[in-house]
This record gives sequence, C-alpha cells and structure tokens, in this order.
Amino acid sequence: MLTEAYGALSSIPEFGQLALIMAFVVAVFQTVVPLWGVHRNNTLMMAYARPLAAAQALFLLVSLVVLAWCFVVDDFSVTYVATNSNSALPTPFKISAVWGAHEGSLLLWVALLGCWGVAVALFSRSLPLDMLARVLGIMGLISTGFILFTLETSNPFARTLPSVPSEGGDLNPLLQDFGLIVHPPTLYMGYVGLSVVFSFAVAALLGGRLDAAWARWSRPWTTAAWIFLTIGIALGSWWAYYELGWGGWWFWDPVENASLMPWLVATALMHSLAVTEKRGLFKSWTVLLAIIAFSLSLLGTFLVRSGVLTSVHAFASDPERGVFVLALLGICVGGSLLIYALKAPTVASVGRYDWLSRESFLLMNNLLLLVAAFAILLGTLYPLLIDFLGMGKISVGASWFNVMFVPVSVMLTLIIGIGAVSRWKTDQTKRLGRELGLAAVAAPVLGIATPLIVSGELNGQVILGIGIASWLILASLLDVWKKCRGQLQRIPSLSLSFNGMILAHIGVAVTVVGVTMVANYSQEESVRMSVGDSHTLGDYRFEFVEAGQIRGPNYHADAIRFRVYDNDRLIGELMPEKRRYTARGSVMTEAAIDVTLFRDLYVSMGEPLENGAWGMRIQVKPFMRWVWLGTIFMALGGLMAMFDKRYRQPRRSAPSPSAIAEATA
Amino acid sequence: MNRFILFVPLVGFTILAGLFFLTIDRKDKDVLPSPLVGQPFPEFEMVSLETGEVVTRDDLLGKRALVNVWATWCPTCKAEHSFLNLLAAEGIRIYGINYKDEERKAIQWLASYGNPYRWNLSDTNGQLGLELGVYGAPETFLLDSRGIIRGRHVGDLNARVWSTLEPEFESLP
Repeated sequence: MLTEAYGALSSIPEFGQLALIMAFVVAVFQTVVPLWGVHRNNTLMMAYARPLAAAQALFLLVSLVVLAWCFVVDDFSVTYVATNSNSALPTPFKISAVWGAHEGSLLLWVALLGCWGVAVALFSRSLPLDMLARVLGIMGLISTGFILFTLETSNPFARTLPSVPSEGGDLNPLLQDFGLIVHPPTLYMGYVGLSVVFSFAVAALLGGRLDAAWARWSRPWTTAAWIFLTIGIALGSWWAYYELGWGGWWFWDPVENASLMPWLVATALMHSLAVTEKRGLFKSWTVLLAIIAFSLSLLGTFLVRSGVLTSVHAFASDPERGVFVLALLGICVGGSLLIYALKAPTVASVGRYDWLSRESFLLMNNLLLLVAAFAILLGTLYPLLIDFLGMGKISVGASWFNVMFVPVSVMLTLIIGIGAVSRWKTDQTKRLGRELGLAAVAAPVLGIATPLIVSGELNGQVILGIGIASWLILASLLDVWKKCRGQLQRIPSLSLSFNGMILAHIGVAVTVVGVTMVANYSQEESVRMSVGDSHTLGDYRFEFVEAGQIRGPNYHADAIRFRVYDNDRLIGELMPEKRRYTARGSVMTEAAIDVTLFRDLYVSMGEPLENGAWGMRIQVKPFMRWVWLGTIFMALGGLMAMFDKRYRQPRRSAPSPSAIAEATA
Repeated sequence: MNRFILFVPLVGFTILAGLFFLTIDRKDKDVLPSPLVGQPFPEFEMVSLETGEVVTRDDLLGKRALVNVWATWCPTCKAEHSFLNLLAAEGIRIYGINYKDEERKAIQWLASYGNPYRWNLSDTNGQLGLELGVYGAPETFLLDSRGIIRGRHVGDLNARVWSTLEPEFESLP
C-alpha cells in the first residue's frame, strides 16, 4: 500500500520510464551504427551491434521489472497499475497483471524483442560480422518503432496525479489464472521470435547472400520461434477451454486467428528452409515466407489494437494508436516487400527435381499451409471488405473457417505421410508404394473400425479423421522402422532432427485424432439439479452432494460438490464454482474438470434457480487431451530438431558435400 | 522469372494497407444479427457509475428500455450523445454501459454533455461487454419489460436509424 502522503510519492516509476527512453535511444544507435558500418565497411562500427543489443535489452528489462515492482507494491499512482490491480490480488497475479492490458503487454513485447536481439548477439559467433551487423541493425529498427509507439501512445508509467486512488480497479477476473500468467509471454516470444528470421531474410536480401548458409543460420531461429508459437497457441486454447466455462477450445475469434496465421506460415517456412538449405532451391519463395510470417505476426498483434478490427476480448481501440500502428506496419512490411521486389533473385535455381520428389511434396505442403493462412486472413478481413464496398454486413462464423480449414488439413496430413519418406530430386512410385503400402491399407481399415467400435455406426467424419491420422502415424513409424533397419535400439542413434521430425508429425496425427473424437463424440447436457439429484450422461453419473460458499482472497464463490461415478464405481469429486470478484462485482464461472487420457468430464455452473437448484452444464469430452498432447509432441519435435548437432558444428559459409549427403530431415 | 512478379506481394500489401487506412475510423453502422436476440439480458451485479450503488439485472425490468454501450474514447459515441439526450427527454428509458473506459473521464463527460441515462454501469474491463458480445462502441440493445433482448444496433443512433427502430421499440411490451 502506498501509505505516504502525496508529497512522498515513490519515484521508482520514473526510473522505469527513463529506462524505456534509454532503450529507445540505444535502439536508434543499434540501427544506425552497425548499418552505417556495413555501408562504410567499418569493422569497428559493425562490432558495436552486439554491445548495443545487450544494452537495449538491459534497459528494456529494467523497465519491465520496474513496472512489475509497481504492481507488487501497489503503487496506484501509476494509472496502469490502478486500472489493472488491487491490493487484495494475490502476488503472482499482480506480476502477470503487467501484461493484463494494452500498455504492459506492449512493454512485454518490446522487452522480448530485446531479449531475442541478445540471443542473436550471443549465439552467432560464427556469423560473418557484416551479416550480424545487418541482422541486429534491422532488429534495432523494429525496436525503435515499437518502443516509440509505446512511449508516445501507450505509456505504462503514466501517473494519476494529483489525486492518487487509494485502491485499484482489479485485474479482469478472466485473467486471474495460471494460464494467463504463461500464455501471453509464450505467444509473444513466438511472435517476436519471427522478427529474428525476418531480420535474417532482409539482411540476406540487402547483402545479396541468399544462399544455403543463410538458410542454415535461419533454421534454428525459425524453429525456436515456431516452438514458442505452438506452445503459446496451445496454452491459449487450453485456457479458453477451462476458464470460459463452456467447454469450447477454439472459437475462430480474430485474436486466435491472429496467432494461427503466423504459425501456419512459420510451419511452411521451416519446411521451405529445409529445401533451401539442402538443395539450394526455392530461395525467393523462402525469403518471402520469412517476411510474410513476421508481417502476419505484426498484423495479428497490432490489428486488434488499431480500431480496424474489433474483437470481444480486444484492447480498447484508439484511432490515434491505429494510425501509428498502420504507419509502423507500412514501414516494416511495405519496406521489406519493396526490398524483396528489388533484390530477390530472379534467376531460376540451379537444382532440378522431378514432380515425384521430396521437393515437390514440400512445395505442395507449403502451398496448402499458405492457402490455409490466407483463408483465415480472408475470413478475418472479409467482413471489413464487404462493408467497405458497401455490399452490406456479414458475419463470418466458425462454419466458414471449418469449411475452409478442414479440407486443407486433410490434404496436408496425407501429403506429410508421403513427403516425409520420399527422396530428394526424384523418386519412384514403386518404391513409395513398397514403403507405404502397409500404411495405405491399414489406415482406412482403422478409420472404418473406429466409429464401429465407439458408437456402433459409421460416421464419415470419424472415418476420414482417424483414417488420415492412422495413415500419418503408420507412415512415420514405418519410416523409423526402415531407418533403424528393424532394430529398435538403433533409434537413439538416428539423427536428432530425424527423430524430431517423426515426433512432430506424429503430434499432428495425435491432434487430428483429438479434434475428430471431440467434435464427433462429445456429449453435453444442460440440466436443473439440486441437492441429492443425480444425472447420467453416457457411462457417467453425476451426483449433486452439497452446495456451499467459498471465500477466496478477492472473491466469494458459490460452489457445488459433485460425486462422479463410472457406472457404479466412484471415480472422484468435482467442485465447480461461480465466483463473484469483490472489486468489480463481476461473476466468473470456474468449471471443474476430471481428466484422463481418454476423456474429460466437465461440469460448470449456470444460473441459480429457485429452491437452491442450479442450472448445470455437464459434458463428456472423449480424447480432449489429445488435442493439446499433439501440440506438445510437435513442440518437442521442434526442440529436438533445433538441437541437432549440425547446428552446433563450426559453420561453413557454404554447406560441404557431406552436409548435403547427410540430408535426412 | 520476371522481376515484375516479385512486386505482386508489395502491391497486395499496399491495397490491404489502403483498405485499413480508409476503414480505421469507420464503425459498423447497421444492425448485426445477434444470437442474443430473444435471450434474457445476462445477469450482472455491478456498481453504478454515478452513485457507486450496486445495480443488478432486476433494475432493468418493468418497462421497455434501451441499453447503450458507450465510452469516452469513442468519437462516434460523442456524435450520438445529443440524440440520446433527445430520446431521454421524450421519456424513453436508457441505461448506459460505460465500456472499457476510465470512470473519471466518463463522469466528466456526462457532466459536460448531459446525462440521458437512468444509470450507468462501469464495465471498465469489458466483462459485461464480453457476455453481450459487444463488437465495438457504440452499440444499443432493445429490451422489453421482462428484460429480454429484442434487438441490437451496432453504430450510432440518429434520427434516420431511430425512424426504423422506433416502431420496433414501441411495439415491445
């Protein structure tokens, strides 16, 4: 609590602001000095890139820590703290409240950008100095723009003077949750991480060295950013699932779409980089993907704040911010696309490949991922366009996205299976048939068997979903079997990137299984229940044992204790809550979920009815965990590929013949 | 490959950016279909902006009314404000939801432009707006005397819009 009189206000927030201003100044230097050094071929100036990147990150982190400190000590003289915190808020939430609204999340965004800059400075010892200077100079330019945006339009350190509120307005209860402590930083790490790849791409364009070495440097950074994006998106979906209280896990909301688009393009980029590194092909395409991936992550992060698009869980939009954001987007995206148009190589790549080859399958996969990303972009922007053309109003609902997204995903899953086992340059149908024949026969059988076993009747969606997932898993396992020549103990000695690829592809299949099962076999009922009532859903019986009150640190809650029986066997107790947060008087539903690998039991409270009865929503969701388990596999797979030993070897400026020969992933 | 093709992404982006720039201040002006039409207004228990007293859904019942979502950061809300004053003077009940706003600014706004609302909720963090599926400010919901949502208008209320909404509103119980 701030107990001193007005005259004794803490000046710590000013240090936060000062640090942010210092970071801005350093960012300007980080842009100008190394790039000028490259221009003048001055080694000393180029060498300044590393220390400047470190200094910038340091100032940004100081600024972030100061803001967190203001939250922890309840300094309500800071407007941002006063609007988003409360003295009764538990300390972990006070810290996560730092990124609970626009100003602070923007500060987090630039601070993470600074951290990626340091990471580049640290882990690029083998990078030629002029390349490093260009990369860090471009990252400095991005920083300059966004720190200026923070300072000018969204200063988190602004004060409410002279009248300091004695109590804060509390953090939005939706955000008072573990998921929200970890979800935004992870997702932002992903968004911002793509700036590294973007900077590498623009630097390579400027320096005219769009070669295999460039692709090799870019690969681990792309994978790192992609891992963060994958986990961030999964965390967001998981959070929405248990916190919003209606058991949905994906809503095609503009904010979710904003995270999915860069993920799809980053996925395409990872694969395209593989082709560029191994075979020297698709250079212009790869560099364009790198630019698009970061552009979409900028578009996603900032479009919802600009007033162009509004989302129900967006930040208060402000036209002044909107114009600023558009100008920044224009410089970043427009500028890089202009450099691309002027500098990208127009000569056809030297390598040749047949239509039946790993290259073509990777190209198809790339195109499908891009189609998916642009379908989502179109769906997100379509209402805007139609309105602009004066053709009336439409809302693009979830069904539109499903219609677009599902067929593309099905084709993608099928192609991954073939693409991963096919050979570079050229392959034969006969050989592929030998490799994959078993999978091609077994997959439809498993697909048809599954709905018969689960519900006793055929279901087209389930046959398709399980069929393609089985295809992918079997194809991947057959590939492993072939590579380890039937000896399982040899698997660890296969390259990390190969094993990572297999794990990530199996992850895709696991998610497909989860989505298919949840979409087709979920059961849900809304029932009125009071003490002593039982309700049976599927194999499970839910018994209303008692209702009571709970007092939390900053809320009161109604809670109901349920016993859950699997047929007649007691399997556990569930206690959903309905919380009323005292500071705002807002009401939150806390669902209670019983989790196993093969099903979730989900109970949430609706409205109170007369005589102590409650409207209850009860759901049984089979294979729910698989949706997120798959993403964990994907992220782990990415991690393994990133730590493959060839990225740790002293790098050559061009891949040696042996590097091409070792090509597996 | 022709260098001309390499300009395609730039041209695409320029068109997109132009579209953004032209729409940046536009608000949706017409009625959006709402899944909430026909549904009861969500339960809430929040403090009034003016008095700090607790208001609940029960305070909305009894007579047909408009629920207007507004904020001081929204220029269109300013444009519609005088029309709301006019409606209030005709005796129409209007309740306000002050959406994602600062209370101090909101109170100042009402003091300087007049207060057409019976009372206002401060929905500072947009929680009620989330439940209502608010798309942006301003928005207006038509409620009957039992607190059922009967219509929704996105964008400002003005004489032209009201001429179409009024018959619908007057027919409500």
